[in-house]
Amino acid sequence: MLCKRIIPCLDIKDGRTVKGVNFVNLKDAGDPVTLARQYAQEGADELVFLDISATEQKRKTLVELVENVARAIDIPFTVGGGINSVDDVHALLQHGADKVSVNSAAVRRPELIREIAREFGSQCLVVAVDAKQINSHWKVHLVGGKVATDIDLFEWAAIVEQQGAGELLFTSMDHDGTKNGFANEALVQLSRSRRIPIIASGGAGSIAHFTDTFIQGEADAALAASVFHYGAIPIPELKAQLANHQIPVRL
Amino acid sequence: MEVVVLDYGAGNVRSVVFALERLGISARLSNDPQVISNADYIIFPGQGAAAMAMNKLNLYGLTAVLPNLKQPILGICLGMQLLFENTEEGNTRGLGILKGSVKKFESGKIPQMGWNSLQNLRGSLFDSINENTHMYLVHSYYAPVVPETLATTTYGTTYSVAVQKDNFYGVQFHPEKSSQAGQQLLQNFLQIKQ
Repeated sequence: MLCKRIIPCLDIKDGRTVKGVNFVNLKDAGDPVTLARQYAQEGADELVFLDISATEQKRKTLVELVENVARAIDIPFTVGGGINSVDDVHALLQHGADKVSVNSAAVRRPELIREIAREFGSQCLVVAVDAKQINSHWKVHLVGGKVATDIDLFEWAAIVEQQGAGELLFTSMDHDGTKNGFANEALVQLSRSRRIPIIASGGAGSIAHFTDTFIQGEADAALAASVFHYGAIPIPELKAQLANHQIPVRL
Repeated sequence: MEVVVLDYGAGNVRSVVFALERLGISARLSNDPQVISNADYIIFPGQGAAAMAMNKLNLYGLTAVLPNLKQPILGICLGMQLLFENTEEGNTRGLGILKGSVKKFESGKIPQMGWNSLQNLRGSLFDSINENTHMYLVHSYYAPVVPETLATTTYGTTYSVAVQKDNFYGVQFHPEKSSQAGQQLLQNFLQIKQ
């Protein structure tokens, strides 16, 4: 049976992991490769690296990092942050990324999804969507959630699938950072209306939140950052608990 | 021991090369029929659209060379699917080493993406790999169960995730991305006697 996936997300700035990390015995928690290896050993099913740096050197540093991660870890990983073109994608895949994640650029120019899928295949393209509720309608937001649009989340998800994305990563900005659980109502609606896998993001605070998002939200995968980085939820314990709830996981 | 990874512009070759590096093997990338024919072991990765991959194999003169190879060759993902006669994906003719057609999943999320467990394991490719081990899969089309099947999994339907005919091996999952179990499988492949 296909397993539900647990995906830690690492924020990268100028080639280093940011946000505090609470692993014991880690000599350099700021080193993305060390951290990636640690997560892989703990049983993470995939990793996402989100590049949040804004310097000129950015692309070069990122490409080097991708290659170092690809050499070191033997589980799939996705790279996102500031991807605007087929060339950007080519550089990352060329250096060993398994998938890329595109966000704002796809909203600005939806054909980018089709271009990437045609060139490299749908399997390597995750479209990330940040959304929040405005007057109880889910609206897509850009630039890490800073810029509101009038685009409806569910309509956008249909376009994303139609244009050839392999997966949809949905972050609820209403839930992100709250540690109060994932946006399961929106997630179940997405999951039932779309044929591509849906990754839940935003709101993880406890193990029960993961159980809920797989059962009620019908998510195919769940992504989180701080609960993993700060050691609040150890991945082996999370997976054991999910298995106790008859949720298929890789142990 | 010379290991050649087919580099024909339709596969995530770097991941395979890195996985071999972790086993202490420095693989050579090539699309040259001569180099490929002289290799001890060949790995045949594949990603993206079937028709495009076959076109590229044709372009490098490999469609004629591959079926006549005598050394162990391991198709991965699309590389395994192309060992069959044909695939529904773009109605493409494969290499025809195995009889049967590759078809599109009819139910479930497409692509199937993630870790699925393997059943009915047999053969030296799965030495030290237990029944129900998880491997990482990403695909929308699946190969039928045939007499040459070495392992199956289930996603709506039960299908082949590993096959072998003579020196031709294929796995639907990505051993290069399947943690220790995947590493073990690659190691097993490289121990197959010529």
